[in-house]
Amino acid sequence: MNQPASAYFLEERHDPNETHTLSVLVQNEPGVLARVIGLFSGRGYNIESLTVSETESQKHLSRITIVTTGTPMVIQQIKHQLDRMIPVYRVVDMTLTGSSIERELAMVKVRGGGDHRVEALRLADAFRARVIDATTESFVFEITGNSSKINQFIDLMRPLGLVEVSRTGVAAITRGPEGM
Amino acid sequence: MTDKSHDPNQMTGAAMIVRALIDHGVQHVFGYPGGAVLPIYDEIFQQSEVEHILVRHEQGAGHAAEGYARSTGKPGVVLVTSGPGATNMVTPLTDALMDSIPLVCITGQVPTHLIGNDAFQECDTVGITRPATKHNWLVRDVNDLARVLHEAFYVATTGRPGPVLVDVPKDVQFATGTYHPPRKSDVHISYTPRVKGDATQIRKAVALLANAKRPVIYSGGGVINSGPEASKLLRQLVEATGFPITSTLMGLGAYPASGPNWLGMLGMHGTYEANMTMHDCDVMLCVGARFDDRITGRVDAFSPGSKKIHIDIDPSSINKNIRVDVPIIGDAGNVLGDLLQVFKAEAKKPDIKAWWQQIAQWRARNSLSYRKNNDIILPQYAIQRLFELTRGKDTYITTEVGQHQMWAAQFFGFEEPHRWMTSGGLGTMGYGLPAAVGVQVAHPDSLVIDIAGDASVQMTIQEMSTAVQFELPIKIFILNNQYMGMVRQWQQLLHGNRLSHSYSEALPDFVKLAEAYGCVGLQATKPSDLDGAIKEMISIRRPVLFDCRVAALENCFPMIPSGKAHNEMLLPEEATDEATAKAFAGGKALV
Repeated sequence: MNQPASAYFLEERHDPNETHTLSVLVQNEPGVLARVIGLFSGRGYNIESLTVSETESQKHLSRITIVTTGTPMVIQQIKHQLDRMIPVYRVVDMTLTGSSIERELAMVKVRGGGDHRVEALRLADAFRARVIDATTESFVFEITGNSSKINQFIDLMRPLGLVEVSRTGVAAITRGPEGM
Repeated sequence: MTDKSHDPNQMTGAAMIVRALIDHGVQHVFGYPGGAVLPIYDEIFQQSEVEHILVRHEQGAGHAAEGYARSTGKPGVVLVTSGPGATNMVTPLTDALMDSIPLVCITGQVPTHLIGNDAFQECDTVGITRPATKHNWLVRDVNDLARVLHEAFYVATTGRPGPVLVDVPKDVQFATGTYHPPRKSDVHISYTPRVKGDATQIRKAVALLANAKRPVIYSGGGVINSGPEASKLLRQLVEATGFPITSTLMGLGAYPASGPNWLGMLGMHGTYEANMTMHDCDVMLCVGARFDDRITGRVDAFSPGSKKIHIDIDPSSINKNIRVDVPIIGDAGNVLGDLLQVFKAEAKKPDIKAWWQQIAQWRARNSLSYRKNNDIILPQYAIQRLFELTRGKDTYITTEVGQHQMWAAQFFGFEEPHRWMTSGGLGTMGYGLPAAVGVQVAHPDSLVIDIAGDASVQMTIQEMSTAVQFELPIKIFILNNQYMGMVRQWQQLLHGNRLSHSYSEALPDFVKLAEAYGCVGLQATKPSDLDGAIKEMISIRRPVLFDCRVAALENCFPMIPSGKAHNEMLLPEEATDEATAKAFAGGKALV
């Protein structure tokens, strides 16, 4: 195998990438998000989406939902590396639990008149998006769903005068009675 | 308001720090004062339970604490100031993180109201050291200080040990609050390192071991970190199974080098027999090692036919580089104890005579041989003589990083754990001299030798002054070849012998330098002088700089060329220019 002169083994493994959604329960203390983000940037992992909020304020617990891509070995590493951080309580791979629900919220601003305006409203109705702001020449829609539904809605709005989008990132929870 | 003036637990933050050190049994602190830690130094001045060792550079404090920790099993404690004091600690913290050494570093910080204002000697210490520590804390309230300090000691010393840092702003050091002794609730409930191995996994492992035809035990620094009991159990396991055993650089001494089943170190500069045994084995038991790239060589050709058992306290070490068949999460000593018990109860020594015969053939290649020379001291010979002349003495060895480090690992035989302090993961030149300072502080009557290179030693040579001040009779044994030997070797092998900036012009006269520091300088230039000079060095009860002039262009073999597998080692007698060129042929033409 030809590799240039190096002190390191340079060939990469080429396993296929997978996308996983991880739920991470952490102690809500100063710097905890920086630690999690720093782990991803420092070790070269991908973040596709990130959602953070305090979920149990009495216990000072926050839930971080991360959508990440990598080879199966990298995904396993990410989970282990997250789990060994001192303020991390639990890491659950929602993709492996098999039955999780993922939701994202987006606000979509569309500007236009005439047929475009009517079409935008009609499509919004079909996607169960709500109008949360309106002027004579624009709407802001609020839409909730999984990422692909939101992507599809945004694609449809593009020719109708899409101005901008604000998205929350994915939040995930398992189905059934058990918590994480 | 109740009167708290008589409450003995009411004290300043600075007093809490010293009190916490005492409560955790700390006897020695390595440090350097500065503006942001003056209140703590004031407290240190007024007590006598904790001795402070004043270094000459904060990096020296860090490595000294590492040497202290590695040779005692206790955490090393460092106290430095804000800003440059903290940034100078980044290297030793990272070094300790890579090699799993328990350190507790306390840094001063500018007063809380100035944080973020670019104040004098301010830096974002917790930000800078976040990826260099196992965990770190900025304490903004004096009433959190006791809890954080106790948690810091707990985190540093449990699970996979590592460095932690507590950043304490100066106003918190002055403020008065309530101290409490260590208690269980000081620790994050999310931090629960796993010590005991899973019984089912251990049974699976024993089944594999019992039926092995070509087994090998590959042990690492985790066995040392687990404490002397783990090394004892490892030896018992080797005895009970009759298996061959090799070890990483970090694991030397867990199994004695004179033991019958010892194969020598494995990896890039490991022995032929160790690497071939790893490559051809059918069952591999990895204990407290992490399949580092210096160990595995080519990962897709690493021990292709073996079932792998991996004992590690850190789940993130499992399947990181090499896929294993039976992972066991737990403390090396604890799991070895259980494993040994199950093995003794349910299995018997497998017959592996044929395997040992094969190993004997590999051994017969004598991969550590080198040609003798009567005129010039060869570095391998120097280490062999040092080893022979210190045999039976109470000796601790530290090293810097480079060729001399590999030769020390190859030619100095370690019989006991905690006797070998070297920078493995990070490969920090300049580690050995301050580490020797730390080891000597912990073991004042022992013989502490830093096997050094002429380039490495100059990175932290200022700590000779520390050794003189604290009457620490460390011996700095410099294999002086006037090159950064390992860099030169790689340039010769991989970059067409273009020796770009690897020659040290204007080296100091180490004998005069020793005298300038107030210690003793010795020199040996001929093989015939060597024994006498080494004996003299050992007999001197003062710090010694030993300038051992060795062959300039000696290469460190055997060696696994980059991108090659364990069974493609380059042995010294085969390392002709032509064979070397062929082995390293790749992108670069070799001269």
